[in-house]
Amino acid sequence: MRAQKRSKKPAAAAGAPTGSLPGSSADVVVRPVRARDLDSVIAIDEQITGIGKADYWRERFLRYGGRGRQPCFFLVAECDGEIDGFIIGEVRDWEFGTPPCGWVFGISVRREARLSGIGTRLLDALCSSFRKAGVAKVRTLLVFDDMLVMTFYRSQGMMAAPIITLERNLTETIIE
Amino acid sequence: MKLQKSTVIALCSVLEAALDPGRQLVSAEIAEKYGVSPHHLAKVLRRLGRAGLLESSRGVGGGYRFCGNAKRATLMDVIDLFEDMMVERSGQREAIYSTDVERAIAQVLGEIAETAKAVFKSITLATMLRLIERQQRNADSRPPARD
Ligand SMILES: CC(C)(COP(=O)(O)OP(=O)(O)OC[C@H]1O[C@@H](n2cnc3c(N)ncnc32)[C@H](O)[C@@H]1OP(=O)(O)O)[C@@H](O)C(=O)NCCC(=O)NCCS
Repeated sequence: MRAQKRSKKPAAAAGAPTGSLPGSSADVVVRPVRARDLDSVIAIDEQITGIGKADYWRERFLRYGGRGRQPCFFLVAECDGEIDGFIIGEVRDWEFGTPPCGWVFGISVRREARLSGIGTRLLDALCSSFRKAGVAKVRTLLVFDDMLVMTFYRSQGMMAAPIITLERNLTETIIE
Repeated sequence: MKLQKSTVIALCSVLEAALDPGRQLVSAEIAEKYGVSPHHLAKVLRRLGRAGLLESSRGVGGGYRFCGNAKRATLMDVIDLFEDMMVERSGQREAIYSTDVERAIAQVLGEIAETAKAVFKSITLATMLRLIERQQRNADSRPPARD
């Protein structure tokens, strides 16, 4: 599963504990998305999901790339003029009855650029935007057997929130 | 959720060893620290050795050393060696349990086990080491308990 590694973060010193924090991917700049980044965003998403959703991403750009009522963030990671990944999040007030907190809606790094600290840089940047917006907590929602994304978020110190998702089949008859 | 004693000892031993991969883990120290019988611990350490997580060295100063990949090995990799966390699918429940009551209980327990498995699979030993560091920092910043 490990993708080919680019040397964007300094190699760990010999004998350094394997659990040490990832180093910084120094050549990468994380900044707000611009209209001209959209084609790269669409391509990264298509590489991961196998579905091209140009209209969806244009709508996301208008909503998260612009200035909404709530602080919305759509950030990209750029290295040598190429977009390597992106992250989208928003501060939401009283979502599920909980105090305002930052929600990460999606993070994606293109396959060839993975495991060099870009995901970490994107999440760190989004978290500092959340902090500046005045919230003290970050949350996300994910499919629990998506081990890659789950392992990534765990490595960033994220733990279970006191929230649970429940569902029901609407085709099933429930006894009243 | 409760894990068997052997599983908990195995997790403690692997994490103790991974915290300082250069150091030999002296089993008597672990036995004392975690209040477990040396005989029981020896069995657990041998199992971890066979799984390629620890390697043993004999003689004076001998003990166990971590030799796994902390960034890739997960809690589930350790737990799987000692527990059977099999979750029955609904079709299997029909075959195993003869009553609706048992099947309904098994369905709820299955939900808990599925969640537990996903959590154990997503946490690498490296992530645990960071969690331990955080616990240590929190403990250091806490005012000392008064007698
Ligand atoms: C999850 C993802 C964003 C991680 O990006 P990344 O740039 O590779 O992440 P980083 O290099 O910052 O990795 C940070 C840590 O995450 C964990 N991690 C990341 N990829 C991993 C993998 N393949 N296996 C195990 N651990 C992994 C590691 O602990 C890693 O630290 P390490 O390099 O010190 O071992 C990227 O893999 C991705 O885009 N996956 C697909 C996401 C997706 O499906 N998005 C659509 C729905 S949201």
